[in-house]
Amino acid sequence: MTAAVDVADLVKRYPKSRHNAVDGLSFRVRRGEIFGLLGPNGAGKTTTVGILTTRIVPTSGKALIGGVDVGRDPVAAKTKVAVVPQRVNLDRSLNARQNLLFHATYHGIGRRERHSLADELLDRMGLADKARARVDDLSGGQSQRLMIARALIHHPEVLFLDEPSTGLDPQARLFLHDRIGDLRSAGITVVLTTHDMDEAQKLSDRVGIVDHGRMLTVDTPNELIRSLPGSGTVDATVHPNGTAAEKITGMLSEIPGVQRVEDLGPPAGTEATERIRLRLYVDGEAGPLLGPVAARLQERAVAVTDLALGSASLEDVFIELTGRDLR
Amino acid sequence: MTTTARSVRAFAAVLGRDVFVTGRELPSFLAQVLVQPVALLFIFGKVLGQLGYTQPGYAQILLPGMIALNAFLVALQNTSFPLVLDFSYSREIEDRLLAPLPITWVAVEKMLFGALRGLFAALLMFPIGLLMLGSVAWELSGLPFAVLCMVLGSLAGGAVGLTVGAAVPPRRINIMFAVILAPLIFTGASQFPWAQLEDLRWFQVVCAFNPLTYVSEGMRGALLPGIPHMPPWVCVLALVLACLIFGALGIGFFLRRALD
Repeated sequence: MTAAVDVADLVKRYPKSRHNAVDGLSFRVRRGEIFGLLGPNGAGKTTTVGILTTRIVPTSGKALIGGVDVGRDPVAAKTKVAVVPQRVNLDRSLNARQNLLFHATYHGIGRRERHSLADELLDRMGLADKARARVDDLSGGQSQRLMIARALIHHPEVLFLDEPSTGLDPQARLFLHDRIGDLRSAGITVVLTTHDMDEAQKLSDRVGIVDHGRMLTVDTPNELIRSLPGSGTVDATVHPNGTAAEKITGMLSEIPGVQRVEDLGPPAGTEATERIRLRLYVDGEAGPLLGPVAARLQERAVAVTDLALGSASLEDVFIELTGRDLR
Repeated sequence: MTTTARSVRAFAAVLGRDVFVTGRELPSFLAQVLVQPVALLFIFGKVLGQLGYTQPGYAQILLPGMIALNAFLVALQNTSFPLVLDFSYSREIEDRLLAPLPITWVAVEKMLFGALRGLFAALLMFPIGLLMLGSVAWELSGLPFAVLCMVLGSLAGGAVGLTVGAAVPPRRINIMFAVILAPLIFTGASQFPWAQLEDLRWFQVVCAFNPLTYVSEGMRGALLPGIPHMPPWVCVLALVLACLIFGALGIGFFLRRALD
């Protein structure tokens, strides 16, 4: 079976730029999958999505949607994709329902079908009472749901969602997550670009992490977290009693099973001489290390005020791969 | 379904959307296209004539020019202004760019629709002019050629509008009127017969660069053959060339804005 999205050795260099925005990117998205495309700002996500949705012309490489080459046959590719951008781009001259109807007409959907689809989608997106509302009168969440409805009305094979929950309240966010979950059951492939790691972890079947225009890794969120060196953590808050922080991190790193120790600094409102927080990344199970950690601290007369098990998250994987530097 | 058939259908739908929206905004559209030419016609054709500052018959020269002005300028404005906004803050055009038709066709649709609005605005000037001036002494056999000039003029206006709309960055939109529209209005031979500018040669040369001159001259020559005018074939040739050159230029700029 052909992949829903097939990208191979994709390169994009913008004119007047010294670097490739996308630099030999390759990945595949299976049909019916929810794929999270993650990466820092400027990593090349937007450019990649732009190429896949025919708006950006690649410099070289291959980009296929459902087997169709987006560069060679953009018109056919456009029937297979739909985009929900981060910024509202609804047609302000039309009301909510007309936005759906005209979009369906562009895509050649017959009169009767588009009317029933429009009503059904408005209903599903919780916008039934907003059918005749002007676009300018919709809230941020409503506009976004309308854009999702618009994207779905022409039966796309692949739906691109760009930062879908930015600026939404928790209710709207949950509603959106449920609707995205529905798409999986409907067999629609979703490519999600987001900075929200919890969202990516919750929604995605697999995630790909991009940086500097290259794919760093692709796997299920759980597998990525498990593969992180030191995927289990022990969080400790200690009273140094005069011992330097570096010394404490040093002696804890010597404990067998501890990968590395990170100094998280003093808790809010306290001085480093009073209290510091440490995170220990461990190789295997974190539980059995609680005893040795407590014992070692005790030996050196460092008072423990809190000791807890933590687990790594997708964010830790992301930071591990792309670094802490600001972009 | 073949790609071409699909694209044709999408093209018709996109054009249908623009016509639908115009229908809904008819009063504001009419105000936009009629106030200026009617005011010009009223002041120069009626008021100045009655006060004795213009020669009798000047209103007759003015009316074909005002029709030409409307065809060209309304087409230009209705293509360029929405485009500048579409590409900047509203982003509405993205929906059309993602419809299943080549992006070139979206550009052509914008141009064609602007031309249709220009043509409509020009046609409206016929009855309004007749009402205002009381009577016109037109050579009716010249009407088909005048209509041809009007159609070509609208298309040329749409083509220039596409070029301007896709080339002008949104933060420059406020100076667009001053540096582009105003000169086009006054160098287009719509208020004076171009052929009589012999004593103002430099201005005559300047006017020859404005496509509107050929619409005005073509229409005036057909409807008022007694007034000195350019040969009709020159008008048609110049307008066809303007459509082709600005059409190609506009599509080029449009593609540059729509595709990265």
